[in-house]
Order: sequence, then structure tokens, then C-alpha cells
Amino acid sequence: MGYLMHIIIIALIYAIFAVSLNIELGFTGLYNFGHVAFFGIGAYTSALLSLAGMPVFLSMACGMAAAAAAGFLLAIPALRLSGDYFGIATLVFAEMVRLFFLNERWLTRGPMGIPGIPRPDCIGAGIASLPKFLLFSGLVAAAVFLIVRRLTTSPFGRVLKVVREDEFVAQALGKNVFSLKVKTVILGSLLAGLAGAMWAHYVTYISPADFTLTETILVLLCVVLGGRGTNWGPVLGAFLVIFSSESVRFLPIPSDLGRFVAPLQGMIYGAVLILIMLKRPGGIIPEHAG
Amino acid sequence: MNMLRLKNVTKSFGGQTAVNDVSLMLKGDGITGLVGPNGSGKTTLFHLITGFYTLDRGEIRYADRVISGRQPHTISRMGLVRTFQQTRALSFMSTLDNLLSAAPDQAGERPAHVFLHPVRVKREERKNREKAGKILEILNLGSVADNLAGNLSFGQQKLVELGRVLMARPKMILLDEPTAGINPTLIRQLTEVIRKLNSDGIKIFLIEHNMPFVAEICEEIFVMDSGKLIFHGTPIEARENDRVIDAYLGRENHAA
Repeated sequence: MGYLMHIIIIALIYAIFAVSLNIELGFTGLYNFGHVAFFGIGAYTSALLSLAGMPVFLSMACGMAAAAAAGFLLAIPALRLSGDYFGIATLVFAEMVRLFFLNERWLTRGPMGIPGIPRPDCIGAGIASLPKFLLFSGLVAAAVFLIVRRLTTSPFGRVLKVVREDEFVAQALGKNVFSLKVKTVILGSLLAGLAGAMWAHYVTYISPADFTLTETILVLLCVVLGGRGTNWGPVLGAFLVIFSSESVRFLPIPSDLGRFVAPLQGMIYGAVLILIMLKRPGGIIPEHAG
Repeated sequence: MNMLRLKNVTKSFGGQTAVNDVSLMLKGDGITGLVGPNGSGKTTLFHLITGFYTLDRGEIRYADRVISGRQPHTISRMGLVRTFQQTRALSFMSTLDNLLSAAPDQAGERPAHVFLHPVRVKREERKNREKAGKILEILNLGSVADNLAGNLSFGQQKLVELGRVLMARPKMILLDEPTAGINPTLIRQLTEVIRKLNSDGIKIFLIEHNMPFVAEICEEIFVMDSGKLIFHGTPIEARENDRVIDAYLGRENHAA
């Protein structure tokens, strides 16, 4: 039972992470390949502040703010690049952020990571706190979902799609494309920061190894598998991806071969991603039927 | 005063001068044509007017304000709205959404307003939907309002583009080859729509290769050749102008 709750919590955190990426990728059409950087910035900021004595919820808010600010700072130069180049810039940015976590030991303790990250007082620590943490993540995920759905079904969501479909048309219709993209990245980074902060306070230990390209691919898979540009797609994708990757633990794999499981999983994620792109680009819940 | 004025507008790409020292003035509320052989710089001129290209030299004024150097979206918000030569329907959006997204100054396009002024956003959206519905009826697109624009026929996509421009409440419309690639029935329909718009007080400036169409609806035309403006007058005068004939038939041929 405790294990099931654990998986659901992880899936909910990933759902928030996937929803945040979907705003950029699914609605505005920005191929952000470095989204994990904002998840990491949210996680580290919130972890360090809470360990320094700040209340957990306030630390999380600061984590979100830091991720949003980083998103803004990246967006200004990177969004002047078009299409693929934006993707490359974000990829490099994520690597820079990871190297920062790894090398600035005075702040992040480098590869040793940060242990003992507190959970909110009202939730408590250890196994006993799981139901409360589950409720907490459920509420946060639901709030994020509702807020994002409200935005994406409003004229704001529609104008983001115009930018995705054709930037020139958007400009000809008087839409400030650059500003809309910046807003998208800030919003996406803010929510990725929230997901990262929740992750840090849930697993209570983070290290640079948690914020690599693999995590970006994983969240990309959640969005694309579920259905980009839809509201339920990333949520469904996150649950499917997390549940199926956790279920690997129950496969009767001989312990000699255990060391192959993790790299193999990465390969399978990649293969599934390619397969969906080719065969069903709309995902399980496509934005448009047919 | 709803007027467009170009002074010594020049634009080069590499060594090629696409638009060479063009000065022209559009006034009144009529329909003005811009014609000329392929590659004479007409579309480049439209890109310059609407801010998609920056000019090398010269100045463009619209409604007594300098617009050269401004961003395309700023120029569009001033009421100068264009279409593109290649149809650019927003393929993965419905026909209705194509039109709705063109409505100007939508409060609902600002994230904060969505939460802080939901009533205003809703009211505005309802009004825009009504207006879009009417435009779809005029364009005979009512039955495909919910279809993806990318699934419509080429001609219908051209109408969607025109519909978007109508939603944008322009003061002046720049149409880049509105009749290219569409059938005569649709051309007639298009002619009516353009005339109707014009009679509602919207100035029309259009690029066309279809001369009968130009002769039918334009009061005045400008003719470009190799980046230069070579003629300004009525379509009938153009037909008897030597420079225009040269431009279309080619100098060598004409001389021989």
C-alpha cells in the first residue's frame, strides 16, 4: 500500500512536470530540450532554503520563483533563435545547470548531493507521512491542472496555438510573438520549478545525477505519449510512464543482469518516443481526432 | 487621414536590389492594384510596408506616423493588415478558431486577465464568436466552422485567410495575390467580398497577376519592374503605356 502511494506521488509530481512542458511544447510549439534544468533549479533552491531554516512552503515558492526567473533569463536570448536552434540552446542550458550543481560544492555539495531535505511540518516525515503527502501532491497537481486548463482553453491558449502554427500569421494579426513565447517559457519554468521542489521535499535527497538528459527525455515521453497540446494528455502520459517504469521492479530479472536494467530502460524510452512520433504523433489523446 | 506614403524605399539582398527607390502615395478609399512581372519586387514591397523586412533606405508613413522600423505586430495593430501569397491557414486549428484568433485587443489573450476579469473575457469572446459567425456566413464557410482549416480546399483556405483579416478590423488591407490558384466562381465571390469591404470604408491595396480582375476592381494601379516603380494611373491607361508593355513583353522582343 505504501509502495502504491509512493508511485502515485511520483506520478503526480511528473504530471505537474509534464503539464509544464506541454505548455511550451504542445501549445506554443517550443521544443525545450532542457526542461529538466528548471525542475532542478526548483529542487535545489527549495532544498537549500528549507535546510537553511526557511519554512518548506515558502522555500517551494522561492524555488518556483527562481525557476521562473531562470526561464526568463534563458528565454530572452534563446527565443531570438528559431526552431531547432532554440532546442539546442535549451539543451546546452540544462547541461550548464547540471554542471553548476556538480561543481559548485560550496553551495550544492557537488556529487554528494543534498540529504535530509525536510518535508512540510504539517505533513511530517517518514512512511507515516505518505498519505498526507499523497493528499498534498494530489491537491497541488489538481490546482496546477485546473489553472493550466483555464489558461489553455481561454483566448490565451488559442493565441499560443497561432504562434505554434505560424509565427508570420501571428505577427500579421498583431500578436506579439516574442512576448507570448517569453510568457510561455516563464509559466512552463515556474511550474517545472514547482514539480522540482515537490520532488526534492518528497525524496528528501537530491544530487546532480537526478537532473540529466534522461529526465528530460522521460518528461518529453510523458507529454508526447499522452498527447501534446491537450490538457489530459500529459497527465495520462505521466501516469503511464511512471507506472510502467516502476513495474519493471517486479519483473523476474536475475540479479546478475540487474546492472543492465537501467540503461536498457533508457533505450526503451527512446525507442517508444521515436515510435510514437512516427506512428501516432498525436499521442494517446490526440489534440484532433482523425 | 488613412493614408500610406512611401518615400525612396530601397531594399537589397546581397547585390540584388529588390526594391529600388520606390516612392508612392495611396490616398482615398478606393481599391489600388500593384502589378508587375514576377520578381519585380511587389511582394518585397509588401513585406517592407508591413514590417516583415527592414528597409535599407527611405521612409514609410501610415496615417501620418512613421511605420518603417516598427515590428510587424505593431503595424498590424495600427490597422494595416496583410495576407500572404502562399495560403497560410492555421492548419491544426478549426476554421472558427482561425477567425477568432484574429480578433484584435483580446483581453483574454493576457494570462492575468483570464483570472482577474473572467466576465469581461467571456463577454468579449461571445461578441467575437457572433462576429466570426457572421463572417463565416458571408464567406460561405458556415458549414465547415468546426473543421480543421488544414482539411479545407485550397480556395476555402484563401477565404479563411480573408476571414481572419476581416476579424482583425483593419483600416487598410494588403492582399498578396488573392486570386492565385482559385477557380472563377470563387474569384467572383472574392471580388464581391473585396468590393463590400471597400464600400465599408476599408482601403484595399492588392498585388495581382490576373489582369481582367485588376481591370475590373482597381481604380488605380502601380506597376513595378525590376524593383522600380514604372507607372501609376488607371488600368486602361496602363494598357497603352509603352513602359508597361515593355516590362511585360520584354525589351528585346519589343524592339525586334
